[in-house]
Amino acid sequence: MHTKTLSELAQGLRSGEFSSVELTQTFLNRIRQHQHLNAYITVTEELALQNAKAADVRLANGTAELLTGIPIAQKDIFCTLDVKTTCGSKVLDNFIAPYNATVVEKFNQAGAIMLGKLNMDEFAMGSSNETSYYGVVKNPWNINTVPGGSSGGSAAAVAARLAVCATGTDTGGSIRQPAALCGITGLKPTYGRVSRYGMIAYASSLDQGGPMARSAEDAAIMLRTMAGFDEKDSTSVNLPVPDYRVGLNNSLAGLKIGLPKEFFGDGLNSDVAATLETAINEYRKLGGEIKEISMPNLKLAIPAYYVIAPAECSANLSRFDGVRYGYRCENPVDLTDLYTRSRGEGFGKEVKRRILMGTYALSAGYYDAYYIKAQKVRRLISEDFKNALAEVDVIMGPVTPSTAFGIGEKIGNPIEMYLSDIYTIAINLAGVPAMSIPAGFVAGMPVGLQIIGNYFAEDRLLNIAHQYQQVTDWHQHTPKGFE
Amino acid sequence: MSLTADDVNKIAHLARLGIDKQDVESYAKDLSGMLDLMTRMNELNTGNVEPMAHPMDQAQRLRADVVTESNNREKFQAIAPQIEAGLYLVPKVIE
Repeated sequence: MHTKTLSELAQGLRSGEFSSVELTQTFLNRIRQHQHLNAYITVTEELALQNAKAADVRLANGTAELLTGIPIAQKDIFCTLDVKTTCGSKVLDNFIAPYNATVVEKFNQAGAIMLGKLNMDEFAMGSSNETSYYGVVKNPWNINTVPGGSSGGSAAAVAARLAVCATGTDTGGSIRQPAALCGITGLKPTYGRVSRYGMIAYASSLDQGGPMARSAEDAAIMLRTMAGFDEKDSTSVNLPVPDYRVGLNNSLAGLKIGLPKEFFGDGLNSDVAATLETAINEYRKLGGEIKEISMPNLKLAIPAYYVIAPAECSANLSRFDGVRYGYRCENPVDLTDLYTRSRGEGFGKEVKRRILMGTYALSAGYYDAYYIKAQKVRRLISEDFKNALAEVDVIMGPVTPSTAFGIGEKIGNPIEMYLSDIYTIAINLAGVPAMSIPAGFVAGMPVGLQIIGNYFAEDRLLNIAHQYQQVTDWHQHTPKGFE
Repeated sequence: MSLTADDVNKIAHLARLGIDKQDVESYAKDLSGMLDLMTRMNELNTGNVEPMAHPMDQAQRLRADVVTESNNREKFQAIAPQIEAGLYLVPKVIE
């Protein structure tokens, strides 16, 4: 059962081949069997089986939707009513969410079965899942390597078939990079497409939730449920949500594909580059017209991001003060001591680094030099995308400079870790949608191809990804031991 | 640009963030490295560029001034570190 796609499972549930309870139990067993991956922080077994029973009723009485009875998992950044929601942090180790995130609510309404909450970098700050208070997640393709981050648990769980699909969030690459390193399909939608309500904030002008799945078709089904206007999110965009499956089979003849020369220069591993070249050739065969483009300001995306994201995080994380919820230090002597020690003992090193950086960038005397400067650079980067996407339909490039790196390899050098996000960060600054799809392997480890589109062109991205998945089978490979 | 241990302590105080004494030097080093990275932005002349705060450049949406939330005090306080009689408790602020 676990090898089937979402649509096949939906079919199987309807034909009576298996029930949602059986399907859910199969996944719960697999989660237990592969605990060593550390993909889940919380497994909600009882709740899942109870909801699966309800889903079977809906399937029997004809009120089922496409996702009814399908076992999925939520990144532990999404608040889940009465279920522990940690965001990968000691600060929220005791936090039982008092409400559901809109995304969670939508999946619940659709009848999807939540298997549990997935491991992640602490407060989504990290590219390797090594900053999680709950320990690193192992990459199912090689357990000595990282799964990527921050949605590392989501990517590992989907790759190892410990959930049919999962949610992720992407502030600087946190859906696309782990999707690439674990060989799955991930989509970061346009900023504003998916509600951020109940999604614990890291950098509010960059954060966006999205689907992580085994194929573009599965991601299309998920996005249909996840996307849409939400009045509880003040930056949610009020546009209709299409049925993303409708255009999946559109022809790619005449598709103009831009390859930014800045994406294929120094720093990109040559084997990864060769793999991407093969993938792009495949698009040529599908009717794509390749054009080299230039986006000269991309190189400043990392410096701009590491001002803007920490600045927003330092403001957002000020809510964790040990007063209303979350971790509180023992025996505080006064209020300042309560704040300082609760935060100091609760947050991990990477989170502290970013709070310090953001506080500095926003402090008197430095605000213009760093924060305003970074916002101006952000404008120029965003204009690079607008100009490029006026010239071509989509932009393609790498997701990561190399395949998954070793656990412990980069965690001691934060700057080096930041630089590994060179191909993903600019997309968040601009707010455009982008995907990572499996495009081959280097020495047995998955390589992702990034496809970047115009604002709200998720349907086009999914179509482009799906067409590739009709002529290749990279997305169907399963890591050894998880077949 | 490099930050000293004193700078780090000052920033940590602004953020009400406790950091271990033995980590101060390494934060100073990491933050200095990040600042070096940021100086690259100065390569770009941004004199007439409008700062971009948000991808959609949208204005804050307004809504009718009506009550939309129900009272969840008990639910919210059930997860509080310390409460008494419906109030959140903190160390004494006023002597």
